[in-house]
Amino acid sequence: MRSHLLLLAVFAFFVSLVFAVIAKDEAREQLRFGGMMFAGFLAAAIVLGWLMYPFPL
Amino acid sequence: MRATTTTDETQSGTIVLLCLASWAIPGAGHLWLGRRAKGLIFLVALPVMFAIGLAIRGRLFPFDFSDPLVGLEALADLGIGVPYFIASALGYGAGDVRAVTYEYGNAFLIVAGLLNLLVVIDAYDVMMGRK
Repeated sequence: MRSHLLLLAVFAFFVSLVFAVIAKDEAREQLRFGGMMFAGFLAAAIVLGWLMYPFPL
Repeated sequence: MRATTTTDETQSGTIVLLCLASWAIPGAGHLWLGRRAKGLIFLVALPVMFAIGLAIRGRLFPFDFSDPLVGLEALADLGIGVPYFIASALGYGAGDVRAVTYEYGNAFLIVAGLLNLLVVIDAYDVMMGRK
């Protein structure tokens, strides 16, 4: 498992899962909260990745 | 008066035991309090996250506070409880700084420990009737 995107997705999945289960009690709310958080992780990573693309350090 | 004090001491002891159990075995506190679904999710998710961190060559940091970040990372790693001691005893967690996944492995290990500490706080809140 060397794909950075895959590792990021796995990491985001576990963090979102645990936060959703801690923060919400109803299964439906957990799914919504966790889904939003997971999508936020992926979207932020992709957007930040593209923003950094023109500035190699 | 004495009965009240004894009851308070018993409750304090139970709270300490609950927090220790919750730290040592992720999800144990929630299982103890009857929150089975939550407890089982923590029991599976956090050790799996920790194991992935080890599998992709993350490092269990030493308790070296001459470099504060290393010391703090060691404390975060310890947050996962018993899996940390099992991994240490079996010789896992040496880390390989040359591996492409080294930093990811560290992130998995550190965050698994920190999330387990959040789970301990959540179990404490549930026991105190705040949730």
